Amino acid sequence: MKTLGSYLLFLNTLIRRGESFRILFNRTMDEAILIGINSVFIVGIVSTFIGAVTCVQISYNLTNALIPRSTIGFMVREMTILELAPTITSIVLAGKVGSNIAGGLGTMRITEQIDALEVMGINSASYLVLPKIIASLLMFPLLVILAMTLSILGGYVAGSLSGALSAQEYVEGLRSEFIPYNIVFALIKSFVFAFLISSISSYLGYNTKGGALEVGAASTKAVTNSIIAVLIADFVCAYVLL
Amino acid sequence: MIEIHNIQKSFNGVKVLNGISGIFESGRTNLLLGASGTGKSVLLQCIVGLIKPDLGSITYDGKVFTNNKLDLKQEIRRKIGMLFQGSALFDSMNVEENVEFPLRMLTKMGREERRERVEFCLKRVGLENAGKKMPSEISGGMKKRVGIARAIAPNSRYLFCDEPNSGLDPLTAIKIDELIYELTKEYDITTVIVTHDMNSVMEIGDNIMFLHKGNKLWEGGREEIMDTSVPELKEFIFASSLMRAAKKVDEELGSLDELSTIQTNREPEEEKPQE
Ligand SMILES: Nc1ncnc2c1ncn2[C@@H]1O[C@H](COP(=O)(O)OP(=O)(O)OP(=O)(O)O)[C@@H](O)[C@H]1O
Ligand SMILES: [Mg+2]
Repeated sequence: MKTLGSYLLFLNTLIRRGESFRILFNRTMDEAILIGINSVFIVGIVSTFIGAVTCVQISYNLTNALIPRSTIGFMVREMTILELAPTITSIVLAGKVGSNIAGGLGTMRITEQIDALEVMGINSASYLVLPKIIASLLMFPLLVILAMTLSILGGYVAGSLSGALSAQEYVEGLRSEFIPYNIVFALIKSFVFAFLISSISSYLGYNTKGGALEVGAASTKAVTNSIIAVLIADFVCAYVLL
Repeated sequence: MIEIHNIQKSFNGVKVLNGISGIFESGRTNLLLGASGTGKSVLLQCIVGLIKPDLGSITYDGKVFTNNKLDLKQEIRRKIGMLFQGSALFDSMNVEENVEFPLRMLTKMGREERRERVEFCLKRVGLENAGKKMPSEISGGMKKRVGIARAIAPNSRYLFCDEPNSGLDPLTAIKIDELIYELTKEYDITTVIVTHDMNSVMEIGDNIMFLHKGNKLWEGGREEIMDTSVPELKEFIFASSLMRAAKKVDEELGSLDELSTIQTNREPEEEKPQE
């Protein structure tokens, strides 16, 4: 409870006395490149395989001859958009981005770099953390869209290669009963996850005390806490928005 | 000039600073001297505003710093330069960018003007060729120099140094001390240096405050410190055999001149040499 309180206070300091818009913009772009570009590879790999595995497993379970094979395409799409792409991507990013943010800020804290900013009269929280959160809010949805695309593509390739269903059937399945709101839902989720991961990791990194050991601990804690927060939020979103 | 009055600070009920008052004049190197754990760093952090003291006031050239409006505080902070114990260079930026950073954030200087100022500051600390290096690629002594360059870059009026020469060899340590001393005189900066190094005291101690367990026990210049009668300070100064020897020579020369009437007892010699 006390932690939650100081977390909220921390979020409040982010929006108090910020630096100029130009500095915020430049810093955000720098962070967006770090968070976005550097995560493309891992997100790409993970989502392609997830799509492929989902396709193969569904076709393995779908033995009933009365159900058309195109259902596989339909199911891959639904699972990918609703759950796999936003949630798995966010969990991967919690590991990559979360530990990176917490480790970076933790190191800056224990080597007095944050104090150096404060002495200069710069609001270190807003200078360092706000750009990370905004950049995450910008990049996560893009990465999720990338993950959706690649995952569906992965299913397509796996389906065709394994001979589970023809390309035509897969595409037919993809197109049936498409609900655009599901994409909106996934994007809302990715915003929520982006905020949780970046702010929790920043909070833990920024408030590191001690030495190198504590920086490592903060990193680990950032990843586990972010993942738990993502899963809880996932449930809440499904409950409220569907 | 910085004035501090009755600064008190406790952590978890343990008193670290027990009401410290004093004046730090401009154009002078003011040293905070004391053994490890006596609260020197905490006092310094209180003065620059990284820690809020429980009680007491701090004024910068007549402007109240403690408990003042944020804008006013920021205005004062923009004139503060600080050299941290571990240098605290931004490790994502190279040497030039580190020195340029406060200029970019705190001044309205244009790009060209900033470049000139960075060049000037790096030259002043003797690092004109290291501009493109990253902090991880330079030695501890060089880091301190970059830290000093960054601290003075925006024409700071106040310079704070937390153990500027800890972890450096004696020669480099003296050079860093001298650099700080010269800059203080050159730009009439109010400089406050935390140290436990007697070498620095004898080299550059214009005004020295001796702290012991959160209390100020002695204050004076380097020329007087050897003659102190404060037992804690004596113990601190003459902990090393070198200082004891220096004292002895000093005394003998004094008696030759028949100037000295100081009746120092033989206490320092009776003490066992400590490592
Ligand atoms: N943030 C803090 N929380 C709790 N206690 C602290 C904190 N900062 C300092 N202290 C305590 O205050 C005392 C004085 O610490 P300080 O760092 O000022 O010593 P110092 O005189 O600078 O010593 P050194 O020469 O070793 O740097 C120590 O006992 C330390 O444990
Ligand atoms: Mg200290």
